[in-house]
Parts: sequence; structure tokens; C-alpha cells
Amino acid sequence: MNEIRLKLKDLGTPVRIGEPVSLTIDGKPVTVAKGTSVMRAAALAGISVPKLCATDTLDAFGSCRVCLVEIEGRKGYPASCTTTVEAGMEVRTQSARLDELRRNVVELYVSDHPLECVSCSANGHCELQDVAVSLGVEDSRYGLGENGYRNVEKDHSNPYFAFDPAQCIVCYRCVRACDDIQGTFALTVDGRGYASRVTAGQLENFMGSECVSCGACVHHCPTEALIEKSLIDHGAPDRSVTTTCAYCGVGCSFHAELSGERVLRMVPDKAGKANEGHACVKGRFAFGYATHRDRITRPLIRESIDQPWREVGWDEAFAFTAARLRDIQQRHGRDSIGGITSSRCTNEETYLVQKMVRAAFGNNNVDTCARVCHSPTGYGLKTTLGESAGTQAFNSVAHADVVMVMGANPSDAHPVFASRLKRRLREGARLIVVDPRRIDLVHGPRIRADHHLALRPGSNVAFINAMAHVVVTEGLEDRAFIEARCERGPYLKWREFIAGEQNSPELTERITGIPASDVRAAARLFATAPNAAIYYGLGVSEHSQGSTTVMGIANLAMVTGNLGREGVGVNPLRGQNNVQGSCDMGSFPHELPGYRHISDPGVRGLFEQDWKVELRQEPGLRIPNMFDASVAGHFKGLYVQGEDLAQSDPNTQHVEAALRGLECLVVQDLFLNETARFAHVFLPGSSFLEKDGTFTNAERRISRVRKAIEPLAGLADWEVTMALSKALGYPMDYAHPSEIMAEIARLTPTFAGVSYAKLDRLGSIQWPCNDAAPEGTPTMHVDEFVRGKGYFAITGFVPTDERATRKHPLLLTTGRILSQYNVGAQTRRTHNTHFYSEDVLEIHPFDAEERGIAEGDWCGIVSRAGNTVLRAVLTDRVQPGVVYTTFHFPSSGANVITTDNSDWATNCPEYKVTAVQVSKVTEPSEWQKGYEAFARRQEELLDKARA
Amino acid sequence: MQELERLVKMANQIADNFSLHDDAVERTADHLRRFWAPSMRGKLADFEAAGGNGLNEAARAAVQRLGPS
Repeated sequence: MNEIRLKLKDLGTPVRIGEPVSLTIDGKPVTVAKGTSVMRAAALAGISVPKLCATDTLDAFGSCRVCLVEIEGRKGYPASCTTTVEAGMEVRTQSARLDELRRNVVELYVSDHPLECVSCSANGHCELQDVAVSLGVEDSRYGLGENGYRNVEKDHSNPYFAFDPAQCIVCYRCVRACDDIQGTFALTVDGRGYASRVTAGQLENFMGSECVSCGACVHHCPTEALIEKSLIDHGAPDRSVTTTCAYCGVGCSFHAELSGERVLRMVPDKAGKANEGHACVKGRFAFGYATHRDRITRPLIRESIDQPWREVGWDEAFAFTAARLRDIQQRHGRDSIGGITSSRCTNEETYLVQKMVRAAFGNNNVDTCARVCHSPTGYGLKTTLGESAGTQAFNSVAHADVVMVMGANPSDAHPVFASRLKRRLREGARLIVVDPRRIDLVHGPRIRADHHLALRPGSNVAFINAMAHVVVTEGLEDRAFIEARCERGPYLKWREFIAGEQNSPELTERITGIPASDVRAAARLFATAPNAAIYYGLGVSEHSQGSTTVMGIANLAMVTGNLGREGVGVNPLRGQNNVQGSCDMGSFPHELPGYRHISDPGVRGLFEQDWKVELRQEPGLRIPNMFDASVAGHFKGLYVQGEDLAQSDPNTQHVEAALRGLECLVVQDLFLNETARFAHVFLPGSSFLEKDGTFTNAERRISRVRKAIEPLAGLADWEVTMALSKALGYPMDYAHPSEIMAEIARLTPTFAGVSYAKLDRLGSIQWPCNDAAPEGTPTMHVDEFVRGKGYFAITGFVPTDERATRKHPLLLTTGRILSQYNVGAQTRRTHNTHFYSEDVLEIHPFDAEERGIAEGDWCGIVSRAGNTVLRAVLTDRVQPGVVYTTFHFPSSGANVITTDNSDWATNCPEYKVTAVQVSKVTEPSEWQKGYEAFARRQEELLDKARA
Repeated sequence: MQELERLVKMANQIADNFSLHDDAVERTADHLRRFWAPSMRGKLADFEAAGGNGLNEAARAAVQRLGPS
């Protein structure tokens, strides 16, 4: 058996929790939890029962009949996978009769299976081969069966994996994985007997079906009838490195399996607590961007952005950059430069960037991409609960009775978490979806939301206030919890406010568009549940009252007593792989690591002593303020690590003007992205496969990132920042990222107990991790809130300035799609473009008909900020008056039309509410034409450097 | 939007969102102090001192309470 697979021990059936039960297996005493299968009990005792259809990530199925055992006092030969242990049971797993039965069964399988093992891609890691060899079955006395599947076409439709029906033993693992783990129910077995065949969709190929390419079927296939194309092309891997995904905020753990320096596949790690062996199409398959031909691996510099790039060595690049930045500060002042940390780089790298800005630049002009996504979460939860993070672990949803999903689309943006949620819903939990759009969770395979509250964009606060109004005025509050856990004065003031008629569902209906009766029903469902949890996303935060809505959510959780235990909580679904970590590491201009204000002399003194430098005590500039200051002419230098502001930030034309206004823009990234087209220095970045470090996911889980291949450019990102800081006259001296984490732990109380040794031992750690919680904290605020007592914040509704008008009668909102990721820099450079190759505009058929727009027509979308053109998709997923698009392709210009409206507390852009008009057009917008020309020119300038 | 125009809008927005509090002016001033860079506060203070046309009442009072940066 392949050495790699040996490490992944499969205990046959899932773990069970229960009272201990003692039995004997092959004379050996064994004690396991009630409900455990005999197969798993045997495996735990070191006794291996042969199997084919059983695997410990799926419930037992009992179809293969290989795992038969003998049980004293019972007739026949029961399947050990479907038989649960009983006290005093005596099991025999070995006997002459059992061997005979097993060989007969396997012989039948072999009779209908190709036997060209030596030339098979699965040779050496095929469970049928393993079982046959262990039982001494080399061929079949029956001869080859009427195996018409030899002539059945293989399905190569999916870009990442192939399906060969001839290799399939119809164990149903793939079907069960698609049903029970992923929750898509895309697969079935068509036909019976020899005619049985695994089929996707309605007798379609995989690409034509509902399959979402999560790879669970491939992962579970025992014979590799489903197999990664990379293994077919390049053979089996010979080594494995456990690391963490660099896509979304779920932070799945993977084994990167390589052959030499080539990554062949990413196998989801069963021991990974965030994902428990599951994955999505991005993390599982879309890793090819890391070695894409577009990767830039040598530093580039140029005097101005209309000049060709010049390839240089690292030393020259650092010297050039440092000289330029210092010259700018000399002429324009210390505050005329700043830095932006990455939400995709590691905690250690982010920590170094903010350290460099504060210590080497000498100011606090550091910010991060959380500015444009979850900064309201930081503000809102810190204000109400005392900590800027979600309260639960992902597995908490398994105990929820009612789940409210507000402004989030986890099926697309956090798919592995969505699979957990769907499982809980199939078990009977109730669902409330609050979204202008009918997301997949509203009605999917075996799930249906009890309430889909399709509110108007811009009305979140009115809605959340209405929910709380119902709770309070109908006597549904958890008085004991409030009394024990919350500040009394603020609660009473808030209670008086929220009970006011202006917050009633009846009066807020005209704002939200949600019938009052629906709000009342949803509020009652939420408030009367034993455990009710709220999950929310950027549809909450990316609004002019994003922070207010977050506080409203916290208020609702507190007033119903849904905090401090499993199954409840306030759960922000953080978007990027390390946006939580980036915030934790002090990337905001007003906070040092651990969310401590820069003005606090005690905290500042701690860092000054350790860093041996005096630090400014006033907040620095946020990203939007840096842009404004550049346009105004007094902000001239910017270091951007791993962010593409020109594509991701709102009001593209303003951002471009700001970037053009800089005298020194330094971009550190994998590719020449949209922002780099305005840069003077390009420092090649390193992907997650090329470095050591840690990421922190949406559940505060710190996980290791481990280097699988050497950095293509020769330096990891943390080494680049260190070298740049040294060139600026502030040397930093770390030999390994573990030393950076040791410093973080030394200076940050919530990280005090974190170390690489502990991470290796535990697998991952949820902060806070310190003396009070040496192995981390899955659930926060258990006995008391971080701030002591919870604070009820007054959440008055202030309408956004951005409203539908006669000139712009529709409201545009934005979101993401499963197969593409954020600005698309990674996923556009993989085969994921097969699934989604352009951003489109979703428009309701009524609105489309009014405008003479048909499916596939080009539409001009005009806002007060600008205009762009996208293809139309007619759908009733969006309500009349609302249109929707994604922002994964730079040429779409989605942010040309978003405005600079932002959250009052944090300046998080109001991406989710833009008043637009849509009309049929026949050509791209002027911006798009200009973009194509500019992009083409910048490619030419890059090509000259590489020639 | 020009820099000063944005600062005025932001300050008004902050004040509007604290308007239901008795100590709205103090909360607004505190917010500016905690989250705004001195250069931003300074520009707003200069603008207010020069007339501050466009600042709402609470925002104006908050800026006055902050004093020069």
C-alpha cells in the first residue's frame, strides 16, 4: 500500500459519543462508546476487518458484504459496519468460514473489474486491490463478467477529475459522500445488478449536472474509478505536507501531496477541525495558480508607470524602494507614506508589515482589506461583547435548533461550512434566511428555509430592530440571562428604544419590504428556540450602517440568551483565509496586535520596549483616507502586500486617481495585478505552498501553513518584509516564522499560549489561548463577556444616502460565486474558469422586460459613480427593483459603479447598495475600453522587462 | 468626492448615528479622537473654524469639543 495512504487510518465507521460498552473481539477486551460499530471497535483495538463500502467519514451502508464477522449467540454472519456493539458481545473476525465468504464476495467484485493493475493509475492505492491481496484473491473462477462498462465512455467532462465506470464497484461511497457530506445530492446509481452505474444529475456527465466539484466523491472512491486527472497524468505522489487552504475563511486543512516539487493534489485532512475531511472546488483543485506562467519571480522597478519595467535583483529592489520612500518622507513629511497588510498572507507576515510601518515608517498609516469587508464586525462586536471576533467554532452549528443566515451566501462563499449547516438542517433545524436574493439555502436538496425575508438593500437595521422589537414586546426575552450577564442601565435604555413603535414590524415594513407577519413569525421562531444561532456576512457589514447592524445582531443574541454555549452565538463569516488573523495582528491604524488601542500607554510601552522604538500614539490613516490624501497631494508612498485595491475597492476611478498620485507604489504579489499596473516597484510574492506560517480562520482557529515547495522567487513574503525594513534602517532579525509567532505570543495576551510546538501537538488552536485557556477557546463568553457584562447598543435606523431615484431606479448589490474567489487573481488562473468565465448581471424578468433586455444581452449599468457593461441573466432569484453581480473579473468594472458611501464607524464601503439604471447596449463602456487599452499597455511594458 | 467633503460627510454620519444618545456630542468627539488620524481631525477643525458650512449641529459641537489637533 502506498506509504502516504498508510498514514490516513480509516476506522471504518464514524465516531460515536455515548456511555462505555465493553465487549471482546477475537478474545481481546475492548471498551467503546455506545453506538459504535463492531468494525470501528475492532479497528480501535488494532484488529482490521476487510471492507470496501465502509469508511469512517460516512455512515455505515452495509452493501459490500466483505466485512462479515461471527458473533457468539447470533445466527449468520452480520456485517460488522452496520452492527453496533453490545455489552458482553463476543466477536470473531477471523475463521475459515469467514475467509471463504469474504473471498467469494471479493471474487465476484474482481469478476466484473478490469485486472490491468500494473498499468492502472490507482495501482498501489486501490482498496479493492488491497482487500483482494489480503484475502489471496488473484483472479476469478467466473471469468470476466458481462462487463459492458469496458465499452462505456469515461467521463472526462470535469476539468479536475475523471470517472471510469469500468473501475467502479458500486459501493455507493461517492453517492453517500455527495449526499451526507456535501449535501448536493448530485449523484445516484442508475440501473441494477451488472447494469448499475453511478450517474450524475439526470443521466448527465459531471459538468452538466448539479455537481459542485467539491471532490468528496473522488476522495471517497476506494478504487479510484473517480480519480484526479493529475494522478493520471503524473502518477502517484511520493510525499505529503499538511497545510491550510489559502482561499476562504473556513480555513480547511489539507495534505498537499507532491511528486518531487510538483503538487499533484490537495487532499482534505480528516483531522482538520475546520473541515473534518471535506473541501470545496477551490481548495481541493484550484491550486494551479501557484505555479502559473503569469507568476512573476524577479523583482521589478521603474521610475514611472508609463515606462517599461526593469528586472533587478532583490538587493537593488530593496535599496531603490527604501531610498524612494525616505525621499518622499523627507519632502512630504513622515505621514506621507503607509502600508497595507494582506488578508491572504500569514499572521507572521501581517505582523511584520504593521511592525515595519509603525517602527520603520514611523507612523500608524497601516490598514488591511478587512476595511472593506468585516471592519464593522470588529467595531460592533467589540462594543457589545468586548472582542472583535465570532463567538463559536464551526461545529457549534451541529447543536443549533434555529439558524438565521443574514447577508451571507455560505453555499458559495463558505461552502464547507455550508455543508455542515445543511446537514444540521436535514436533521431538523429550522432556517431563517435574510437576503434580498433567493440564495441556494432557501430551497435546496432536502432543505427549505422556514422564512426567506427578502429585505430591500439598505434596510438591515430596520429589520434587526423589528426582530428585537417583537422579542421585547411579546415577552420573549431571556430575563435571567440579561439580568446575570448584561449591563442593566444600557439594557433598560435600549429596551425603551427598541419597544418604540417606530421599530415595530408594521412600521418598518415600508422600509424593509418584508411583511410584518413574516418578521413576527421569524422573531418568535428565533426567540423560542432552545438554541438559536446567527451567521452573517458582508450583506450585513458592507453598508452605511454595517456596524450598527452588527450591534443589532449582538443585541438580538443577548436579549434571547443565545450566547456562551454551543449551538448559538454571533458568527461572522469572515471572507478571506487570514482576514481574521490580519485584524488580530494589529493591521488597523488605531490598534496594536490584540485589538488594543494605540493610545493606551501601557500597551504601547510594551511594544516600544520590545521593538526598541518610540511609537506614535495617534491613529493613522485608513485606506479610503490614504486615497483621499493622495488625490489631495499629500500622501505619496504606499506599500501593498497581497491586496488588489484597484479591483476590490469601490469607486474605481477614484482609486485609480489615488494610485496615479503616488510617487512610489510598492506592490508585493504573485501576479502583475490591477494595482501593480500603477506601481513603481513590484516585489514577487510567495503563495501559501511556498512558506511557513499560520492562518486564522473565521472561528479564531490558528492553523499551520507549511512549506511544500521552495519560494519561486527565492524569498518568502516574511523575508521580503524583513529585508525591506532593514533597508529602511530598521532591521528585523528572525530566522523562522516560529520566532515571529513567539514574539506575537509574548506581546499579545490572547495569543500568549500559542507556539508552533503546541500547534503541531494540537493541530490547531482557537484563541484566546493563554493560562486561562491553555488549549484555546472554542466557545467565547461562556461565563462572562470579554468586556465583563454585555452592552446593549442603541441602534437607530439612519437611511443610507444611496436610494433608488427616477434616474437610478434599481438597487445593485454584489456577491460571490463558488468557483471564483474575490478578485479572481487565483481562480482565474485555474480551470475554475470552466465553471464561471465572466461576471454577469442578474436582473428580474419584469425589470428586464421593461427595458427590452433578453437573456444574454449586453446591459449598461449606470450609477452616479460611473458605468459599466455586463451580460444579462434573467432570474427571479432577485426581486424586482434589485440587480446583482459578482466582481471576479477585472474587466467587468463592478467597482466602477460602486460609490464611496461607507459605514459610519469604520468606512467599510457600502458595496451592497448602489442605485443604478440598466439599459440595453451594444458595446463596452468607455471605462472598459480604457481598461483594456491600459492593461494591454502594462502587459507590453512587462514583456519588455522579460525579453 | 474631495477629501474635505468626505471628512464632513463622515463626521455628520457619525453624529447622526449617535443622535439617539443623550451624550451624542461627546460620543462623536470620542469617536473622532479614537479612530481619526490627527491630520483628518485637524482639517475638520480648520474647516469648522472657518465657518464649517455643511457640518450638522452635533458634528460641529463635537469638532469644537476636540479643539485643534
